[in-house]
Amino acid sequence: MPVPEQYEFFIDPSRCIGCQACVQACSECDTHKGQSMIHLEYVNRAYTTQTVPVVCMHCDSPTCAEVCPADAIKKTGDGVVQTARKPRCIACNNCVLACPFGVPKMNTGAELMMKCDMCYDRTSEGKKPMCASVCPSGALAYGTRAEIMAQRQRSRPTNQFQFGRQTISTKVNMLLPREQHSEYVDVLSAMEDQGSGQDIFLMLHQD
Amino acid sequence: MATLPRNEQDIIAQFGPQRAYAHGERLETDVVPDRLVKTHCCFCGQQCGIQLKVKDNTVIGFEPWYDFPFNKGMLCPKGVKRYLQGAHPDRLLTALQRDPASPGGFQPLAYTAAIERVAAEIERIQHEYGNNAFSIISGASLTTEKTYLMGKFAHMCLKTSHIDYNGRLCMVSAGAANKKAFGVDRSANPWQDMLHTDVVWISGANVAECAPITTSYVWQARENGAKIIVVDPRITPIARTCDLFLPIKPGRDIALFNGILHLMIKNDWLDHDFIERSTVGFDALAAHVQEWTPKRTAEVTGIAQRGIEQAAEWWGQAKTSFLMHARGIEHHTHGVQNVLGAINMVLASGRIGRPNCGYGTITGQANGQGGREHGQKCDQLPGARDLANPEHRAHIADVWGMDVAAMPQPGVDAYELFRKIESGEIRGMLSICFNPKVSLPDSDFIARMLDKLEFYVAIDFFLNDSARHADIVLPGSLQEEDEGTVTQVEGRVIKINRALDCPGEARQDWRIIQDIAKQLGRERGFTFTSPREIFDELRRASQGGIADYSGITYEKIEQQGGVFWPCPSVEHPGTPRLFEPGSWNPVAKGAGPFYFPDGKARFNVAPYTPPAEDVDAEYPLILTTGRVISQFLSGTQTRRIGPLVDQYPVPRIELHPQLATQLGIGDNDWITAESRRGAITLRAQVVRTIRPDTVFVPYHWAGRKSINRLTIAAQDPISKIPEYKVCAVRVFKAAGPPAYADELEPQQ
Repeated sequence: MPVPEQYEFFIDPSRCIGCQACVQACSECDTHKGQSMIHLEYVNRAYTTQTVPVVCMHCDSPTCAEVCPADAIKKTGDGVVQTARKPRCIACNNCVLACPFGVPKMNTGAELMMKCDMCYDRTSEGKKPMCASVCPSGALAYGTRAEIMAQRQRSRPTNQFQFGRQTISTKVNMLLPREQHSEYVDVLSAMEDQGSGQDIFLMLHQD
Repeated sequence: MATLPRNEQDIIAQFGPQRAYAHGERLETDVVPDRLVKTHCCFCGQQCGIQLKVKDNTVIGFEPWYDFPFNKGMLCPKGVKRYLQGAHPDRLLTALQRDPASPGGFQPLAYTAAIERVAAEIERIQHEYGNNAFSIISGASLTTEKTYLMGKFAHMCLKTSHIDYNGRLCMVSAGAANKKAFGVDRSANPWQDMLHTDVVWISGANVAECAPITTSYVWQARENGAKIIVVDPRITPIARTCDLFLPIKPGRDIALFNGILHLMIKNDWLDHDFIERSTVGFDALAAHVQEWTPKRTAEVTGIAQRGIEQAAEWWGQAKTSFLMHARGIEHHTHGVQNVLGAINMVLASGRIGRPNCGYGTITGQANGQGGREHGQKCDQLPGARDLANPEHRAHIADVWGMDVAAMPQPGVDAYELFRKIESGEIRGMLSICFNPKVSLPDSDFIARMLDKLEFYVAIDFFLNDSARHADIVLPGSLQEEDEGTVTQVEGRVIKINRALDCPGEARQDWRIIQDIAKQLGRERGFTFTSPREIFDELRRASQGGIADYSGITYEKIEQQGGVFWPCPSVEHPGTPRLFEPGSWNPVAKGAGPFYFPDGKARFNVAPYTPPAEDVDAEYPLILTTGRVISQFLSGTQTRRIGPLVDQYPVPRIELHPQLATQLGIGDNDWITAESRRGAITLRAQVVRTIRPDTVFVPYHWAGRKSINRLTIAAQDPISKIPEYKVCAVRVFKAAGPPAYADELEPQQ
């Protein structure tokens, strides 16, 4: 059964409290028991308690699949990018290196790339993924867009991300402060825009 | 007894703590569980609903319980991994007796022989030294049925005054202040009342780590437009994105509350009608806070004057609000005064007893609320009645069928029990659900006192750090091996359901207590055959009291998703929100919503006093203690759950880079903190999220990693809560790693 179309996944790092309930619950997911597929890291613990949870963003054109020499990474019709197929994966690490969000993990023991499959065993039956079920802060949420946005007046969802010249659109949404626009900052723009390297440096440090 | 039966490492090798990880069926996919049991988490006072997956008398995992109204499937990492406490290699499967010749210092003993030995020692000690020479320390993680039975066991079976519980380290300051101000000790509101308020005020509560599910309520309030004010010496995760952070110097909370009240009065941000109609004592308080100008408040609290003024403006002008606090303001020698200061601010605003106007203390333990209501506190009888009150004594003696004259008088608090061991007044002790060697302050003293006892029996499912000193250990039950009720943070009575049978010779705790009573030949009143029977007696015992459970039944709890007390009749739906205008209670009898004969709440003058041990030239830094999210209390359970240990393996000393630079300390260096009572060597964690005059260490570890070897046993004169949140220390770089670094695993 496909994951119902009306259900979407939302990430709101401003709510994250770094509790790791998602990390611990991910390893209880039936498709990869004992292994967590979520990344949760302190941005810079010396300065702040800010943490960011990262699940697979389930890209519309997944870079991991595009770079896979063995054609092992498949996206199902409902837009969920699956863990590499065991018979095909050659554990080359291309996907791990290429993913702009840093999501896939190489399970060296199993010689298999593993990643978040949005709890396919659950979501394909209409249940919420483990991480978004347990998250006590609502930093990870799963539901219909109408339902989630009705609760999040301060935020707006985006699923467009810019990495250098690569624009990536994803199935998973990131919630951003409604009032602020996204900054596009990268090395290339600083190189090509006369004098803008300095500007970008300043922009990053103004607040 | 003297000292441990064997050295620490030998005991650990045999009894742990070892770390358990998922393996076997717990790791296999597509295992179909025999059943899903709807119950609650075994850890904190939030009491999240959870469904346990059970197969072959083992919990193999969990499934979120989306329909339970408080947490709607949410859990923290402790709840997610709690199932690993079952089928654990350290689990006690038989009774044990102390035996220095055995490899782990204990040898198994037949259960009946152990009960005989316990009963014989109780009889001997009480015969030789009097009834009060035998003491009981109990806990608030037990079901309400068990806590009721512990109180009855002490007061009716053993006839000893000397019972107290570990809520003494937790809820008592809030409880005493709530009784002084409102006449009743319960959070005044369901958490739903937080969602649509103008201001959420959080004082001394690391919500994200100690009450994680409450985070979702705070964030939802913020989405709905609330301003969030957090008062804490550290930028905790809940403080990181709050609207106003007040970095208070530990131990100065009353000064802040008085300062806010000063500004409320000055700017006339008061609800005069409410103060007039529903309170007494405002004028004396107003006179008292006159001296708490913003300037003085800033000097004492260490908060910028601008921050204090901003907080007062938001709080003062709010139309609705919700104030929460926890141990951060309660663990002080003036903990009661701190809480009274907070309540004064609420009462002056008039924002209580209405929708979206709330106040509550955040309970720490699973049954932090229910465990403090039904008679295991040293001065208490069931239904939140007083052991010293003749009418209350008569009512309970009648329910129990005992001679009221034979009922002992109030005893002393848990810490004082240990001082009475030192003085020789107490010779024997039974502990259940309490690990005092880790959780009480100045804990080297506690360890010596455990050794001084002539007889110590511990009931537990693991050999906790205190039980290593025991003569007899009785194998008790895990939460999932029994049923009963607990009362969670909002005052909602909920039902714990049994998922498993006790393994080996282990027994449900209430059966163990009844077996001891029977062996003593005092079986009458201790012949319950189920927790439901205990609950039915508790309902009668609580009837007419303040904490009235008489209308609550197991069935009603299931039907309603919990029942809020008071619930004085079976037709009554329960009382989610206290103090609503026109509400009835057994004290005011209709005179007003508060639990005093005139129905009015009390303002209490809360004078500022500094901590018992302030900093000085010799010990120039403030040590404050608390929790981390992946561990719970003394760690008896969570230090045995591998994934939780891995998340935060060992305690560290948090300090500000400004201080670290002064002391020549770098991040991750081994450093020593030393107080007048003890020293500890841990790694440094250098972070800008703590005041530079304060260092923080979490308290979940034992032995050489236990910060409570440094904390001070000074107590609040009213609540008797210890001052965990402030003592004076000095900190310096250690010469090298401590010996334990090579000898012990992180959790040991």
